[in-house]
Amino acid sequence: MSIGEFLDMGGHGFYIWSSYGIALILVLIETFLVGRRRSKAKKELEQMEAEFGRADNQGMNG
Amino acid sequence: MSATRRIPWMKYASASSFYPLANRLAPLFMGLAIVLAVVGLYMGFFVAPVDYQQGNSYRIMFLHVPAAWMSMFIYLLLAMYAIISLVWRVKMADIMAYSLAPTGAMFTFVALVTGALWGRPTWGTYWVWDARLTSELLLLFLYLGYMGLYSAIPDRQRASRAASFLAIVGVVNVPIIYFSVVWWNTLHQGASITFSGGTSMTSVMFTSLLLMTFACWAYTIAVVLRRAQAVILERKKVALWASQISKK
Amino acid sequence: MKPRSKRFVLIGTIIVAFGLAVMLVLNAFQENLVFFHTPTEVKERTVAYDRQIRIGGLVEKGTFKREEETTTVTFNVTDGDSSILVSYTGILPDLFREGQGIVAEGKLLTSGVFVASHVFAKHDETYMPPEAAEALKRVEEKAEAENSVQNLMKSVEKGE
Repeated sequence: MSIGEFLDMGGHGFYIWSSYGIALILVLIETFLVGRRRSKAKKELEQMEAEFGRADNQGMNG
Repeated sequence: MSATRRIPWMKYASASSFYPLANRLAPLFMGLAIVLAVVGLYMGFFVAPVDYQQGNSYRIMFLHVPAAWMSMFIYLLLAMYAIISLVWRVKMADIMAYSLAPTGAMFTFVALVTGALWGRPTWGTYWVWDARLTSELLLLFLYLGYMGLYSAIPDRQRASRAASFLAIVGVVNVPIIYFSVVWWNTLHQGASITFSGGTSMTSVMFTSLLLMTFACWAYTIAVVLRRAQAVILERKKVALWASQISKK
Repeated sequence: MKPRSKRFVLIGTIIVAFGLAVMLVLNAFQENLVFFHTPTEVKERTVAYDRQIRIGGLVEKGTFKREEETTTVTFNVTDGDSSILVSYTGILPDLFREGQGIVAEGKLLTSGVFVASHVFAKHDETYMPPEAAEALKRVEEKAEAENSVQNLMKSVEKGE
């Protein structure tokens, strides 16, 4: 089986690869956005704590 | 003091013990998701044979079916957390419900899009208004409604209550999605895998499908834990801000 | 009652009441939730002619005909009890073949012919490799052949 044949998927390549492609893109975007949201919140909280003094924050490191 | 009389499991319902636990679990489950997806896709594309009727296009199933299952499982989980949050006023339950919603909406969207892309070559149409497709679309609107309501109301406690209530009422839609193919004539075919234990599928196809389902579960756990952490930090920030304001 | 049990009862009642309401509504709209009608339903209920409806069933074996020099095809859709002649002009889905389940959207003419504007293929929930389908077919054919041989023997024994 050649690569071209594999990608063609018996004429259904467009449907199969766009399905998996869209899902992969969405998963990557979600992972990125969640990671960014978390690190942004962490940074801002740390800044505030540096300014106002620490609140009850046991185990929140990492 | 009431704090000393707490049952031990309540300890895990608190944000300060959840956070370090999530730190350890999230990378673990993300790694697991990647491994499971790679093995599942390898089996689905290189080991599983072509289908006698559909040829290769059925391989969309390895993504479509797990996504559709996740869309329903996550909604049930969200509704369960919404009940706990409304009845017992457990803050962590509200954070979990809130963190599950975007991922659930994402899987619902993936199920709808992959379904359309599978429907075109097999049925001859991207979309029909049959009971299965329509109720799955309604599920997407329920997720979006929950998220929209939550962010539309400025007071967080009221937002949480209104959104939780919507989520709980909407749970009626889940059995409708699942049983629609049994209750009514639909273009969508019946279930290949049933609770009564039967599968009408070659075993290697079934194995690929299971691996992909576990991969989706692991991904969901990882990304929801991370989002819940972000929400905890954000709320802590707001609380700290408020306490500073009141001091002044 | 504690406030938390009160809330629990309240939410439980709301879910049950709402669930019942939805069930009643769905029951009332049963007709509209059905995606297609079977040929028997169409015949028995003398469905309105010239109205857009959908019919579903299997493409009856040996009835598929292609009109010469056009893309118009005719075939019978059957549910085992009764069948309807369908005429369709256009491209058929890949899965379309005799014996396959399909749904046709269109109008029933007073002549009894169903003129379809769309034909959808309905695929079943079984997935297997072609070799397995082939083997299954052979087993069925063998059983059929054995049956007919047995019937022949019986009729010979009876002296027919």
